[in-house]
Amino acid sequence: MNPRHFFVDIFLQQLINGLVLGSVYALVALGYTMVYGILELINFAHGEVTMIGAMIALAVIGALMGSQVDLPGVVIVLLGVLAAIPICMALAYVIERVAYRPLRNAPRLAPLITAIGVSILLQNIAMIIWGRQYISFPPILPASTFHFGGATISGLQIFILLLSVLLMAALVLLVQKTKLGRAMRATAQAPHIAGLMGVNINNVISFTFVIGAALAAVAGVMVSAYYGIAHYYMGFLLGLKAFTAAVLGGIGNIAGAMLGGLLLGVIESMGAGYIGDLTGGFMGSHYQDVFAFFVLILVLVFRPSGLLGERVGERA
Amino acid sequence: MKSRLLTHLALVTISLTLAACGKQSTENANEIVVKIGSVAPVTGPQTHIGKDNENGAQMAVDEANAQGIMLDGKKAKFVLLSEDDAADPKTATNVAQKLVDQKVKGVIGHLNSGTTIPASKIYHDAGVPQISPSATAIPYTAQGFKSAFRLMTNDEQQGRVLGQFAASKLGAKKIALIDDRTAYGQGLADQFEKAAKAGGAEIVGREYTTDKSTDFTAILTSIKGKNPDLIFFGGMDPQGGPMAKQMKQLGLNAKLLGGDGLQTVQFITLAADAADGVIASSPGVPIESMPGGKAFSDKFTAKYGKIQLYAPYAYDATNAMLKAMQAANSADPAKYLPELTKINFTGVTGQVAFDAKGDIKGGAVTLYQVKGGKWEVLETVSSATPSK
Repeated sequence: MNPRHFFVDIFLQQLINGLVLGSVYALVALGYTMVYGILELINFAHGEVTMIGAMIALAVIGALMGSQVDLPGVVIVLLGVLAAIPICMALAYVIERVAYRPLRNAPRLAPLITAIGVSILLQNIAMIIWGRQYISFPPILPASTFHFGGATISGLQIFILLLSVLLMAALVLLVQKTKLGRAMRATAQAPHIAGLMGVNINNVISFTFVIGAALAAVAGVMVSAYYGIAHYYMGFLLGLKAFTAAVLGGIGNIAGAMLGGLLLGVIESMGAGYIGDLTGGFMGSHYQDVFAFFVLILVLVFRPSGLLGERVGERA
Repeated sequence: MKSRLLTHLALVTISLTLAACGKQSTENANEIVVKIGSVAPVTGPQTHIGKDNENGAQMAVDEANAQGIMLDGKKAKFVLLSEDDAADPKTATNVAQKLVDQKVKGVIGHLNSGTTIPASKIYHDAGVPQISPSATAIPYTAQGFKSAFRLMTNDEQQGRVLGQFAASKLGAKKIALIDDRTAYGQGLADQFEKAAKAGGAEIVGREYTTDKSTDFTAILTSIKGKNPDLIFFGGMDPQGGPMAKQMKQLGLNAKLLGGDGLQTVQFITLAADAADGVIASSPGVPIESMPGGKAFSDKFTAKYGKIQLYAPYAYDATNAMLKAMQAANSADPAKYLPELTKINFTGVTGQVAFDAKGDIKGGAVTLYQVKGGKWEVLETVSSATPSK
């Protein structure tokens, strides 16, 4: 094999790895950034909503497989997702109504602490319901792999990439082209004025949470299907990474969340893949996160509001 | 409240009387009572394994009492004091102190490495010999405590056997290592590396992950570029399962090899169709291949039911202690401890003898491979090659 081709193949593979990982980060990051754009609240419970989505879908999938109904794997997973989305939406609505709305005019630290509290609460509820053990995602999806140059990409990876792009495009359309989107943008700019102009702020805010939760539910199922594993703690790390992605792209900015997510995924993947070789073994792949956060700090030093953070007009 | 206080007082009085009686019988010219502690989690998720250890020790004690062992011209009556550490390090030190206060002459336990290590300091300070039937973490016997022994193959021995196995039996020429940066995973991978290199294999890369990660595509892709024929993972099944899957997905045609963290049923569920062919080890010997396995299994099953895991090791540990007492003709720890270091007999699990650190000599490691969705025994290997 030509060594130079080989190098290109590995690079391509790392790029694919990073993009798939990044598109999941981006979907979750959208939930953070939309809520921040409107309320300036960092909804730390968002990662847990992702986890609940995965767990609900797995419970439905498990029940369907246990019953004698003979359905193809794709349909079973689809039904799992369709069950997880409304439940996560309802959950996010309740969280906003019970935990955040009463504190909307409180000092900014109060809802932040509440968000951390909700996150811990959800983790513990999930632990009580589904236990501490790792739950495996049944291998019911067709495992096809495609060769793309010298790199491989699985059908599921292609599906994750396409679905993420589709969902993000739909969200942009919603925010930019619909009446509701205009109300969201108006609320983001000046909630009180928007209220005076006849926008029902409470509804708009609830809607923002619910949309974010729907995306999170899809992301949760994708993550657990991709890695074949789910756990009550899985939302924490995923949420942290997605939040980082949102900050990297410019929190409050939808395009920024997408860019930040994809970028973080690629940086992590390249970092883990090349850092050992580049430093001659001095730093290994355990510096993966150090590398990712180093890039984040670097970006924030030169662009304190993130990569796309300054174009306030686009934020939702 | 008052009535409870009265009950308490009554209980205290009774126990004082009993204690006095005990003292009298100890001073009795022809019988001495020898207390031995047994510690394992007998509440919580590991209850069945803990109770198993306790039963193994109890069986050895019962047999010794039936034999009528004489120590220093007196008939010895062995009593097993059973304590529950709930697999919790803090509770472990509490019950260790309790046993020391009750003047036990030796302790069989604890079950987990995490409880055995903190408790060992207390036994060491009190001069009480301790034999753990099941703790595998290297630090337990590396603290320089003369009182600490173990009957189970430790992680160092396991890593060594795995490394030798990879280089000689599997004929691996180029090996990549991954560890999860925990004391267990890193320790195992380090020992593996040393032995594999000594066996002539080349280490083409070492990558790292954490015990919470699920994405290994980046490090696996990097490893793929180095074209190894074997990947060794020092870590647990929640990482090993997805790792096996991602190896398959990336078209990485190397064998996956791991330690006892992978040798679980959960690994097979998590790795699903990627589990087949994966090899992992477990310290110890399966009961069917123990020299005294069949006889012990029949005896034990008749009395307590099915063997869970480590009962034969607890049984041998207790016998090692009792034999040392007989050899010293005394239950005084200071007198029988030197005999314990020299002990050498064929137990149920194999030859029982300790090295200078208190580790079992030539502890065995059994290798398993997933075939058709089940772990199947490949072979049992003794680690009885000179260490270092």
